[in-house]
Amino acid sequence: MQIIISNNSKQPIYEQISKQIKQFILKGILQEGTSLPSIRSLAKDLQVSVITTKRAYEELEREGFIYSLVGKGSFVSAQNETLLKERQHRVVEEKLLEVIEICKDLNVSKDELNKMVAILYKVDDE
Amino acid sequence: MENAIEIKSVSKKYKDFHIEDLSFSVKKGFVTGFIGANGAGKSTTIKLIMNLIKKEKGNINIFGLDNQQYERDIKDRIGFVFDDNVFYEELSIKEMKNLVAPTYTHWDEELFRSYLEKFELPTRLKIKKMSKGMKMKTSLAFALSHHADLIIMDEPTSGLDPVFRREILEILYDLMQDETKTVFFSTHITTDLDKIADYIVFLQNGTLIFHKEYHAIAEEYGIVKGSNDLLDQRSPKEFVSIRKTSMGFEALSKNIKETESLYGDKVVIEKPSLEDIMYFTKRGKAHV
Repeated sequence: MQIIISNNSKQPIYEQISKQIKQFILKGILQEGTSLPSIRSLAKDLQVSVITTKRAYEELEREGFIYSLVGKGSFVSAQNETLLKERQHRVVEEKLLEVIEICKDLNVSKDELNKMVAILYKVDDE
Repeated sequence: MENAIEIKSVSKKYKDFHIEDLSFSVKKGFVTGFIGANGAGKSTTIKLIMNLIKKEKGNINIFGLDNQQYERDIKDRIGFVFDDNVFYEELSIKEMKNLVAPTYTHWDEELFRSYLEKFELPTRLKIKKMSKGMKMKTSLAFALSHHADLIIMDEPTSGLDPVFRREILEILYDLMQDETKTVFFSTHITTDLDKIADYIVFLQNGTLIFHKEYHAIAEEYGIVKGSNDLLDQRSPKEFVSIRKTSMGFEALSKNIKETESLYGDKVVIEKPSLEDIMYFTKRGKAHV
């Protein structure tokens, strides 16, 4: 697992960390039960404050991606197949909602959007 | 005990400067940065914590103990790095060590030697012959070699080059692997804090401006830039200070959510640096 953070990004550092770990879990790179580095050693490696990594883990915990055991550390939660699929869908849905929002603002119809998606999806496949 | 240091309603008056009714705490297991302009009262506060000067009012507890009543026990557990030299200038590191080491219960000779080596410090040179950087390194080596639970530093990175400042950060990260350790340090070089500070205490004119989680600052404060005609009406109360030129204005807002809902896309809002916050707060209301 490698995490790359940018100090120039608008996205807060804790969010960059939690997002990247989330990706690793969603893609199955980090599997159920895998122990994550302690918040203190992760802070040292990334050269960020302890509270930053703490917050990143708290976020992941709240969303059910990881769990923590007092004195033992943090681990990747069981990712039930359907649940995983649901989560993956949710990620896509959130983005789509943004797009739909923009379409409504710009008077782009549902049909037009569908066409665009179809074309872009194909292009990317090639 | 959640706090390593607790300062409650402390006052100290000088002829031309006073700290009045100052209260804040330093959380155990974290790094707290202490910022403020020259003369804000940072060194005075640190001296009060270390009981080097007497307070007139209030309480200071360290590790849950009164800092005057339990001074000896407390100082045994503090590593102290001071801007001014606290050593006898006529002595060498070796002689100084013979004097200092026996006063600490947990003095670690091996650790001390490893720091001397790491910092490339000569042990037989008289301290008065050392450069500012060398003196600071010496001070650090002493502070870090008795397994202190609390490291208090007054401007530890002033006079040090960027390479060594990075090394200090590394040492602090190593130290913070132990969740019972606490670091409290004042600094002018606020970029040092960007990498490691969990909390920021900001002092001005002997008064606490804020004590916040480092990230909360960027969530509340922002640098706002826009054209001057936006300021034709009265400027918003969340602006701490405004800098106006013919090219437009730049202001520090302490509530970017308000500012966003007021101006929307008409302004640019940027993440402020601690320096920005210090600068605009120092300029103050006179410029709003």
